[in-house]
Amino acid sequence: MNISADNAIVRLEDVHLSFGQTEVLKGIDLTVNRGDAVSIIGPSGSGKSTILRCINALVQPQSGRITVNRTRVDQLTRESERIALRKRVGIVFQQYNLFPHLTVLDNIVLAPTRILGTDRREAEKLARELLEKVRLAEKANAYPGQLSGGQQQRVAIARALAMKPELVLFDEVTSALDPETVGEVLWVIRDLIRDGMTSILVTHEMRFAEEISDTVVFTENGRIIDQGSPEQIFHSADNPRVRQFVSGLSGRGPVRDGEGI
Amino acid sequence: MTAATLFQPRRSSKILRNVGFVALPLLVLVWSLADLTLGRELLEWIPYLASGFAMNILIALCAMVLGTLVGVLFGILELVPYRLLRYPVVAYVQIFRNAPHLVLIFATTYIFPFEIVVFGNYLPFPDWVKAVIGLAIPASAYIAEITRGAILSIPTTQWEAAKGLGFSRNQTLRRIILPQCLRRSLPPWMNVAASITMGTALASLVGVHELLHAATDASTAVRRLDFTVIAYIVVMAAFFTLCYPIARLTRRLERRFNAA
Repeated sequence: MNISADNAIVRLEDVHLSFGQTEVLKGIDLTVNRGDAVSIIGPSGSGKSTILRCINALVQPQSGRITVNRTRVDQLTRESERIALRKRVGIVFQQYNLFPHLTVLDNIVLAPTRILGTDRREAEKLARELLEKVRLAEKANAYPGQLSGGQQQRVAIARALAMKPELVLFDEVTSALDPETVGEVLWVIRDLIRDGMTSILVTHEMRFAEEISDTVVFTENGRIIDQGSPEQIFHSADNPRVRQFVSGLSGRGPVRDGEGI
Repeated sequence: MTAATLFQPRRSSKILRNVGFVALPLLVLVWSLADLTLGRELLEWIPYLASGFAMNILIALCAMVLGTLVGVLFGILELVPYRLLRYPVVAYVQIFRNAPHLVLIFATTYIFPFEIVVFGNYLPFPDWVKAVIGLAIPASAYIAEITRGAILSIPTTQWEAAKGLGFSRNQTLRRIILPQCLRRSLPPWMNVAASITMGTALASLVGVHELLHAATDASTAVRRLDFTVIAYIVVMAAFFTLCYPIARLTRRLERRFNAA
């Protein structure tokens, strides 16, 4: 019962979710500690992205408990409560989803000024710092359409960070990118994790997951089949299915794999 | 700025523009000079025609402002999740989008009283205002559909991204979705503006003193066939100069948005 005693910031317990007849999550148990980076890997359609969407209440599970820093997410009934949660949990999407009618700077400034009520000048200052961090300081006045995919994704990361979230969810953030721009996005995420940002990543970048994760979670068919340290999952997995998946990928291209999208 | 190849149709449209802007006025001028009695007669009636034309512009402007305000609101309401609110609006849009402008002008003219009572004061309800309402109704129905279509054309991922940042539905609509709709709905909005502007001539049939009405007055007074013909050519030229720039601007905006 005492949730705050340990260091967990996110906890999922026996989470079940279906879309209509399709059962997507069939009992997910997952704990993420403050400051940790957790990667969720597994074949497409195994429910990885849905786990992220449960955490910031973009979808509502049918049963199970979801706790984000003492907030019982599964019990939120009002939209205003969900909004309050989403202010604290950043999410970055596969397709970046920047607002095309706003400049890079305005994309980052919009949410802090309109939702948190931050003073415009202060928000801009933070935005410029964040752009510096994602190495796009010179693009502040560009429009999203003028940027490459990798640049847009870095802006999307800065936009999520501008809300000063307690944790950030990364939903296959490099899957839509050209191979040559994947690296620059991964750099930014790596920096972020080193700075201690709690992160949950759904990813197909196996080497990256191995390098930066504290815990790697393998999902298949709506269940977590195995989880452990990167070393365990990638090099000494007990579960034959995990071994098969991981070894099947290791023979692939150097930087990334476009597996099953 | 972008691809000069896009400007291929320029030549033909330049000729077209000349037909309207040069040929029609030139025809009027040459004819007036060839027959000076006709020219003098026309010159005399020009101020009267101009006062009529001012009414067309006034009606068009008012109808478009009113139609846009109501139309955008109704376009948003067509998409709200509450059936009680949505169904009446959908019905309004479907009915008035498919009603002839002239019928609506007749309807508003005869349905509304000629004066209204406000706190014991009798305020006149002039015919031109009724014409404004008669044209604002179909304009609002078209614009509601344009707005609805524009909102639906914005990818759902934009809603999701806004939601993920903590925006409410209304904030998302106002700050993120509608600004993007503006761009997309401007060209079709201008088509409506051109159609409504031309529709102002219909107000003549319910006795509003506008250009067409003025031309009819003039030709009845002068009673010369050549004057009647030239008066209506002037009417045509006047509407052309009002509507064609709108059409031009629309096409330019469309091209710009397609290139962007």
